[in-house]
Amino acid sequence: MLLPSPWRADFPAIAALQRQGQTYLDNAATTQKPQALIDALTHYYTNGAANVHRAQHLPGAHATQGFEDSRNKVANWLNASDCGQIIFTHGATSALNLLAYGLEQQFQAGDEIVISALEHHANLLPWQQLAQRRGLKLVILPLHTNGLIDLDAAQQLISPRTRLLAVSQLSNVLGVWQPLPSILAMAKAQGALTVVDGAQGVVHGRHDVQVLGCDFYVFSSHKLYGPEGVGVLYGHNDALPRLQHWQFGGEMVLTADYHEAKFRPAPLGFEAGTPPIAGVIGLGATLDYLASLDQSKVIEHETTLHQLLLEGLRDREGVNVLGEPQLALVSFVVEGVHNADLAHLLTEQGIAVRAGHHCAMPLLKSLGLSGAIRVSLALYNDSDDLQRFFDALDQALELLR
Amino acid sequence: MSLPVDAQTALDTFAQPLSWEQRARLLMQWGERLPALGDDEKSGEHLVHGCESQVWLLGNVNEGHWWFRAASDARLIRGLVALLLARVNGLSADELQQVDLPDWFNQLGLSRQLSPSRSNGLNAVLQKMRQLAADAT
Repeated sequence: MLLPSPWRADFPAIAALQRQGQTYLDNAATTQKPQALIDALTHYYTNGAANVHRAQHLPGAHATQGFEDSRNKVANWLNASDCGQIIFTHGATSALNLLAYGLEQQFQAGDEIVISALEHHANLLPWQQLAQRRGLKLVILPLHTNGLIDLDAAQQLISPRTRLLAVSQLSNVLGVWQPLPSILAMAKAQGALTVVDGAQGVVHGRHDVQVLGCDFYVFSSHKLYGPEGVGVLYGHNDALPRLQHWQFGGEMVLTADYHEAKFRPAPLGFEAGTPPIAGVIGLGATLDYLASLDQSKVIEHETTLHQLLLEGLRDREGVNVLGEPQLALVSFVVEGVHNADLAHLLTEQGIAVRAGHHCAMPLLKSLGLSGAIRVSLALYNDSDDLQRFFDALDQALELLR
Repeated sequence: MSLPVDAQTALDTFAQPLSWEQRARLLMQWGERLPALGDDEKSGEHLVHGCESQVWLLGNVNEGHWWFRAASDARLIRGLVALLLARVNGLSADELQQVDLPDWFNQLGLSRQLSPSRSNGLNAVLQKMRQLAADAT
């Protein structure tokens, strides 16, 4: 094979999917899980579940230990140990909603929130709705045709009225690294809070929040080969005190009376109720697994695979790639072919890719498209997966044209 | 309740072992046989909400029998809609209420090809047919 993945066997579902005739290329939506994670979940559930931070008994102590170990592993993964806290949420979406509600008191009518034109609905709608609640202006940074935020426009649009900037590190449709250092510097120069949506970015390479210098960084476990139901919110120590408590309930409270209560600081004050304990422990095991890999080899593999994908698509007549993707994924449309028809025929041939608006309706509309097909890669994909995709694509196009 | 003629034809065509290519070609042929809608008929008023691609639907009642016309910008969806029309055209409002959509596509051997979103879309088309029939009474 041209390009095998040395990590493919670590993900048992890939072989199972292959036995079902399925080639999985929808990794930007969610990923398959490593054996190390499955083992950790099995170990936790077969050795005694317990609630965390509450009980004095031994199972409770073990669960709490595992849970807090995971918090440290996430902090290490992001190099956040010295400068901030890791709050566990139920996903990237709930982390962004936590911010949009928790920071609400920071805004006054007329203040501006800045996002970019390519945001996923999860990093658009919480701010849009906050803007509606508080009479704020939502400012949208335009893009160049290559998918990058227009820095000249950003320089104009990020102003003294900007109170918060929230941008994606890596678009789930366009697959390009955004110029975060420049954009974040513009926002910080205006004294605005900065939020980075790392849902796609965190999956590719290691990111250091101290180097990024953002106030908040958000990602979801399940896109990073971890379990669903777990999100991560990193907050810088300087920014966390500005976050008001949002959801209320068990374990986030210091003292409670019938008519008033005092709450814990981050992280526990923002983790009301029983957290997804097994999921958090599983994420820790996933990070251990990922940390054991040679990162440079992973990046090299993903880059080569992405090149093959991009070249193969560009070689085909009538295929128009969206933007100029650098990594992870390619979205495309085919002239004269409806993306729903193409998706239907790819599905018929066992190719799992995504068709539609990819939870970024305004972006697709601005490109004049009702939808697109997206092929997204993971470290376990290999060149045979791409060959099966290309064969299926050629067959489908032959039928449709 | 006996099947409309077109429905019997559809059954005879699709309920035999077919390769995925044959099935796709047949679906597209059925879609192409749908009479075209005028541009003025492809309006927001006739758009069915809940489909992943655009589907427009119009209905007329003639002596208690309902006749529908539809279009879609996607060819395979158009074929699936054509198969739905084959099943329901000529039915009364009461009979429309009783049409079992999953069963129909199951009989055609197409249920496996219907993703949840696509089957929701076809359901939305059937719901709109029933709505049109209910509004007319």
